Amino acid sequence: MDILPQLIVSGLATGGVYALIALGFVLIYKATHIINFATGEFMMIGAYFCYTFMALAGVPVLPAFLLVMVCAAILGFLVERVILRHMLGQPVISIIMVTIGLSSILMGLAEIIWTSQFKNLPPMFPRAPLNLGVAVVRSNLAYGFLISMAAVGAFALIFKYAKAGVAMRATAGDQMAAFSMGINVKSMFSLAWALGGIAAALGGVIIGAIGGISPILGGVGLKIFPVVILGGLDSIGGAVLGGLIIGVLENLAGGYLDPFFGGGVKEVAPFVFMVLVLLFKPYGLFGKEEIERL
Amino acid sequence: MRIGDFKETYAADEAVFRTPTVRFWLYLLGAAILVFPLLAGEYLIYMANITAVAVVGAVGLNLLTGCTGLISLGHAGFMGVGAYTSAILITKFGVPFILTLPLSGLMAALCGVIVGAPSLRMKGLYLCIATLAAQVILEFTFVHWESLTHGIRGLNVPAPTLFGLSLASGPVFYYVIMIVAAISVTASRNLFRTRVGRAFIAIRDRDISAQLMGISLFRYKLYAFALSSFFAGMAGCLMVNLLKVVTPEQYPLHLSIQYLAMIIVGGLGSILGSILGAIFMTIVPELLRSALGLFQGLDPQIMSYLFPLQTVIFGALIVGFLVFEPHGLAEMWRRAKAYFRLWPFEY
Repeated sequence: MDILPQLIVSGLATGGVYALIALGFVLIYKATHIINFATGEFMMIGAYFCYTFMALAGVPVLPAFLLVMVCAAILGFLVERVILRHMLGQPVISIIMVTIGLSSILMGLAEIIWTSQFKNLPPMFPRAPLNLGVAVVRSNLAYGFLISMAAVGAFALIFKYAKAGVAMRATAGDQMAAFSMGINVKSMFSLAWALGGIAAALGGVIIGAIGGISPILGGVGLKIFPVVILGGLDSIGGAVLGGLIIGVLENLAGGYLDPFFGGGVKEVAPFVFMVLVLLFKPYGLFGKEEIERL
Repeated sequence: MRIGDFKETYAADEAVFRTPTVRFWLYLLGAAILVFPLLAGEYLIYMANITAVAVVGAVGLNLLTGCTGLISLGHAGFMGVGAYTSAILITKFGVPFILTLPLSGLMAALCGVIVGAPSLRMKGLYLCIATLAAQVILEFTFVHWESLTHGIRGLNVPAPTLFGLSLASGPVFYYVIMIVAAISVTASRNLFRTRVGRAFIAIRDRDISAQLMGISLFRYKLYAFALSSFFAGMAGCLMVNLLKVVTPEQYPLHLSIQYLAMIIVGGLGSILGSILGAIFMTIVPELLRSALGLFQGLDPQIMSYLFPLQTVIFGALIVGFLVFEPHGLAEMWRRAKAYFRLWPFEY
């Protein structure tokens, strides 16, 4: 069997999950202009929530998913309220470092609560792999992709039609104007963090279902930076496209270049690609160019 | 009580250390550093060595991030470049240790310029992510350039010698590290009395204004990258000769973050801050280890919490300082001094 379609299809599937995680990042950035370096740790915590509900408490799949989403929303809300609210208007360096510190706290806590042992989520999808004719996709990956795309679609619809979504977009566009139109800007920040937390946690559950969970699962979160840079920091469509591109790219690079470098190309290829993009487009492919005035 | 701040000569105004008191305490500190290895044990000397290396690295990062306002997540990568340069020069070409010190600095500076040059069009978040990419790519290079770096097995370095004199034992190498650290601190302190240093600060405060005033952003941002990586490279070189081994795991992204944490806890843009931050962030984990050790009798399992607790406290320190004391330890130190100077008056 030819390897190329296989690589592309599984790359697309992985890319869909990346898109969901990147969406969590973009939601928060769009509304609050905070760069959340703890996105990966939100994922990891989400996966552990799922583990706790399903493996330890024996909750069935669907209610467990709902519970994970509720918990992740509460976590996002708390983080915004307790820590990030104080950082409004601070320089970029401080905000970046606060979220990095936060990621460290979450990682340590996860290790204290759930220990550093590698854990497997209980099987939650039918086991039969999906055969697409040209390629075969592992069932976890295929269902993960479907769930991701459904979630991304749901978020896009919320943003486009729901009242809260419209208010969030207004806040992203111009905080002052939104405020004067009677939108509660602060609660929009909380909402953005809650939604961002949900998106990341769902992504974490899917990634965890594919590869197992451990406190260092959050490392996957670093990969969303190439994704969001590629797609532009404040565009949901860009995040999806960027996710798919990066997913395919890393799979192709891993499949074809690994023999020459002795492995590990998959991890570094997205970053190399991102540097190349940034060389020519300093604000990413679809990013909004910032115009500064004195 | 000291009142006012008046000087009669330009020399006095330009002096680095303004008053005889400051100079006295500084000489005392110097003497303490000289005497320290005679009194302290092996472990304390080792800790002092590690701390001094961290000081060199933190001073370098503070030049870039604190003073020029360019955030870098690639500092550990540049340290790694310095470490590998030194290790390769020593093992493969037999270059003496003392020569590899500036050479590894230069090599790291070169890498810094290569990373910095394309990064000059970006700032803030985009720059941060570009340096993150540099870190990831450098780590990949350390692991996969087998012929040069021996991959994950790393390189072993023989004990360093200086003019035929072995520096193997802790105390002797301690002096070498202290001298390098002292030179680094002095050099960067003096840098801010020159055109270059002031240009850095102007760029940090508002880069467009700086450009309008005739500061070439391109040139000075490159200087900042080169200088900062030079210090990082020297720190890496000292580190590899101290530990006598270099592996890719010694220079992960986490180390970059740790250096950022040092300058944030210490105080962004302050030399004193870099020193205090480096000392603080090196000693706190050790204190935590001994504190947990005290409770070991109660619960033999407690040591397994050491690493995650360190991680939590590390993050909490970063968050706590940024939320409650954004100017770091240096500012606390300044306030404490001001309080005692004016005591019993408020101001």
